[in-house]
Amino acid sequence: MAKTPLQFRHNGREVAIFVDGGTNLLVALRELIGDMTPKFGCGQGGCGTCSVLIDGELHLSCLTLAETVTGRSVETLDGIKDGPNLHPLQRAFADNFAAQCGYCTPGMLMAAKALLDRNPSPSRDEVVEAISGNICRCTGYEPIINAVLAAASGGRARA
Amino acid sequence: MPVTVKTFTSTNEAAAALSSDRSARYLGGGTLVMRALNEGDISISTVVRASDHALTRIDTGGSRITLGAGVTYARILADRDLGFLHAPARSIGGPAVRNMGTVGGNLFAPNPYGDFTVAMLALDAVVSVQGGLGSREVPIEEFLQSRDRQAGTLVLAISFAKPGNAEAFRYRKIARIKPKGGAVITLAAYLPVNGSRIVGARVALGSMAPTPIRARAAERALEGRSLDASTIDAAAAAAVEGTSPSDSAIASAWYRREIVSVHLKRLLSGQE
Repeated sequence: MAKTPLQFRHNGREVAIFVDGGTNLLVALRELIGDMTPKFGCGQGGCGTCSVLIDGELHLSCLTLAETVTGRSVETLDGIKDGPNLHPLQRAFADNFAAQCGYCTPGMLMAAKALLDRNPSPSRDEVVEAISGNICRCTGYEPIINAVLAAASGGRARA
Repeated sequence: MPVTVKTFTSTNEAAAALSSDRSARYLGGGTLVMRALNEGDISISTVVRASDHALTRIDTGGSRITLGAGVTYARILADRDLGFLHAPARSIGGPAVRNMGTVGGNLFAPNPYGDFTVAMLALDAVVSVQGGLGSREVPIEEFLQSRDRQAGTLVLAISFAKPGNAEAFRYRKIARIKPKGGAVITLAAYLPVNGSRIVGARVALGSMAPTPIRARAAERALEGRSLDASTIDAAAAAAVEGTSPSDSAIASAWYRREIVSVHLKRLLSGQE
């Protein structure tokens, strides 16, 4: 079956790949572009660890048909740090012990970034709502919520 | 297994492609069809898409509200004119799912999903569909009753009369996980009042049958009455009539039957 050409911005860089029909964005990012930061969890939209930003909006990459991002901007966890410097959210996650096994962390960080980009000073309830599509089986969520609130009140998230 | 993806600019062509191929599915937000593909559903060999902007239009200008089938829950939550629909929209998924999932796709969402459709059923919505032979308007109840046979039709939009006042529409979703989770049951009611009497009561239930259904016995108990304690008790007592819930990992059929009257009572009496 013929492959489909696909061109989009990946963390600010123009990329062009060929995908099989029906390939989801997560597979395209991990296997064709080599960005291993979004994870495969459930493949059903239930866990959120594959979360990425498409044109600044939080989306589940495993439920996104890859070719629908043609011409759009896709941002993953790999793109949020500034060279060797961690993003304020990453620093806050480390400082607040918000990552244990780490599998949910990429999705949590992207969901948190989607929130802080829109709302730099969220309430606790708004943080809970923002990460409500992301499952963590280690931390019990409290350290994650505290980390997002710490990032919001301390180092402001970059636009 | 790779599938063929066909993207059309017009809904006519997309509808023709859907109706001529039994293994074709329409891809809206992806939360149902991509999930099926990820699970290796071999009954799907073609994915059809349409880029027509009419599919993402929201029209709240007239006496009827029309939501294009591709309108997402996030769009509804951003629209002040649709404030009465914010509760059902917010009860679905997390932010990512609300950025992706569409009101058209929700019509096809199996239990324990499909909460928005419960709200649409209470509001007596009409579904605009396009088949191979042209477009037509189908009452939502009729659409849901024949849902298994609708995979070959393209849903264009869903429309309903604007509620006279926002208070007349009520919605409640019972989930084990808060703030996000599949429904134990979902309830929606539309109770227009003329003078002090309810005229045209509609009560809809989700996860109480294979598709969302109307609680007709409860509606009869409400019709023509004022919404007082005895009317509410009578409607709540009748809520379970005509339902056929299933056992699932979220709740047993027995449990769903036990709680439906409790939650209808809370919905009608305005309790949290």
